[in-house]
This record gives sequence, C-alpha cells and structure tokens, in this order.
Amino acid sequence: MKDKIRELLGKLGGLPVAVDTLADGADLYAAGLSSFASVQLMLGIEDAFDIEFPDHLLNRKSFASIDAIAETVTAILDGQEAA
Amino acid sequence: MTFLDRLFDSGLLIDTGVEGLYARSGMFEDVITGFERLIDKFSGETGAEVIRFPPGMNRSYFEGSGYMKNFPQLAGTVHCFCGDDLAHADLIQCMAAGEDWTGGQKASDIVLTPAACYPLYPIVAKRGNLQAGGGLFNIQSYCFRHEPSMDPARMQLFRMREFVRMGKPEDVMAFRQEWMEKGKELMAQVALPVDIDVANDPFFGRAGRLMKNNQRDQNLKFELLIPITSVSKPTACMSFNYHQDHFGKTWDLKTVDGETAHTACVGFGLERIALALFHHHGLDPKLWPREVRDALFG
Repeated sequence: MKDKIRELLGKLGGLPVAVDTLADGADLYAAGLSSFASVQLMLGIEDAFDIEFPDHLLNRKSFASIDAIAETVTAILDGQEAA
Repeated sequence: MTFLDRLFDSGLLIDTGVEGLYARSGMFEDVITGFERLIDKFSGETGAEVIRFPPGMNRSYFEGSGYMKNFPQLAGTVHCFCGDDLAHADLIQCMAAGEDWTGGQKASDIVLTPAACYPLYPIVAKRGNLQAGGGLFNIQSYCFRHEPSMDPARMQLFRMREFVRMGKPEDVMAFRQEWMEKGKELMAQVALPVDIDVANDPFFGRAGRLMKNNQRDQNLKFELLIPITSVSKPTACMSFNYHQDHFGKTWDLKTVDGETAHTACVGFGLERIALALFHHHGLDPKLWPREVRDALFG
C-alpha cells in the first residue's frame, strides 16, 4: 500500500524533493505539500483504492505523512468491510 | 416583517426583482462614505498606495488566479453578442418568443471581480520585485458572487474595501495580527458588538472540504462577526487573511531580495457594515447615538 501511496505522492504531490528521500514518517507539509496538491492526492488515492474519504477524515492530519495516509486508507478499507 | 422588508420600506435599499441585487439610497451611501472615511482616519496605513478598481477584471488574470479551482459556484463571467446580422435576427426572434437567447453569447475578456484584491497581485507582480519593506495597498472594488439570497447581508454585488500587505512572512503576519486588534477598536467607535473567530472560505465540493479544514487548521482566515439578521449566525463584516506564498507563487511576486513574497489582506464588507449599523442603531441615522454620528459624520 505504501508503495502505491509513494507513487501517487510522486505524481500528484508537486513536492520539490524526490519521494524516495522521504521516510514513511516524514512531515509532508514540511516537505512542501501544498493544500491544493493534497486535494489532488486525496482524489488520486480515492481512485486508486476505490474508497471515499468520509468528511471527518478530510483534514490536514490524514495527509501529514505516508504513514498517516496509509493508516487513514486502512481505516476506511476496514470500515467498508465492516459495513 | 423581515429586515430586508424594512430596508425596502424605508427606501434604504431598492428592490430590483433579483435576490441580492439592490439599488442604494443616498442615505445608505452616506453611511458607507462615512465609514470609509473613518477607516482612512483610523487605519494609520498612511503610506498605502490607493487603487480603485472597476467591478470587472482581466479574464486571463482571473484564469491565472485559480479561482475556478476553488470557487466555481460563485464566479460570474461577462458574455457578449459578437454575431452578424443573421445572428442578430435570430437573437431578437428568440427574445420575442421568450426562448433562450443567451446560448450564442461569447465570453468577453472581462470577468466580474470576485474579491477586491484578485486584480491587484498580477498588476503589482508586473512592476517587478517589491521595494524594500514590501508593499501596502488601499483598494476597493465592487465584487460579484453568485449566491442569490433573501438575506440582505448576502448580496450578489457589493463593495469590498481592503488593505493588502505584501512582503516577508513575518511582516505580513504582523500586519494581519495588528488589524485583528484594530478591527475591534474601529467597530467600538461605532458601537457595534463584535466577535472574532477562525473561519474558512466557501471552497467548492468534497475537495473543498479538505481545503476548508486545512485553512482552519492553519488559522489562515479570521472573521470579525456582527449579528445582523441572526444572533446565532452572526455576519462576517471583516476578514483577516494570510495567504502564505499562494499569490506570491501564482504571480511570481518577489520581495526586494528575490524571495517569493507572502501576502495578507484585511477586508471590509462595506454593505454589511452599513447594514449592521442600521440594524443596531435604527433605520434613521439622524437618531443614532451621538458618538456614532460623530465617528461617521463628524
């Protein structure tokens, strides 16, 4: 999952640094992720994992790091299975 | 009787048949003129460059601003007839038959200005790097937002007065912080009750939900709220916005040192402030408290 997230981040994140140089826990906003790029990333992740972010997860925290994104996506996927 | 009905009855606003599109009386305009004078007297922003904009802006600047990414639902474009005699005949036939005649209208080079500072950034960027100390502007424009409403405090065409600061992040943030205090003092001079709260812009759609939350999480926008048509949902009469380097990057606006400039703006909703005065002090300014009259008309 994190490989896919990294791929999307590289394509949509508009970061001034290569994604390979970022640790899973690195702060993406500090690395240059803009608000608008985070929206593009959100839409790309929804498409790739066939999920929809619920309103309460549409916030800055959900996209703060590769780890945070993976946790959020996992939580949404788990919720879908439970439903 | 709603507040809007009372405004119509008193003649302060004049109905045009379209929600949010009103003519103003001489009295209404006197209040706005008085308040703008008070802003100038009070602001202390004496070095600001004064610019007054028409209600339309260059369409290419509008496109470059990214407004349609975030607020497509609010924008208004100016479309015009550009056809020949035959097309004209079709047009008047459609109008006479009560059919849609607007389909052939072509987009002009003008878009209605959505916020007073949108035309400013590209104009300033074209001049080259900012001078030492950055830039300070005193601007005003009629603005358009497509949001028809029966709430008189939500007009479709209204005036926005702004001070805009451009420069280093710390200077721009200090400017915004000072104005949050000055805004409260200014409103105290005209005896209006205020509250300041963190806010967000009306970003469109689900993607917009993320933008709204981001804006709030980073404290990028504050509003000065005054109850007008509702106590539980007071109206934003001023806003204090820190854009970080958004407009700097968008327009390649640079400081004297060649760094990407940061920007902030402080906006006054002039009609909303006039409506707040009429709501709190009554529909006849001659009967307003002495100190309020002195502040506005003295």
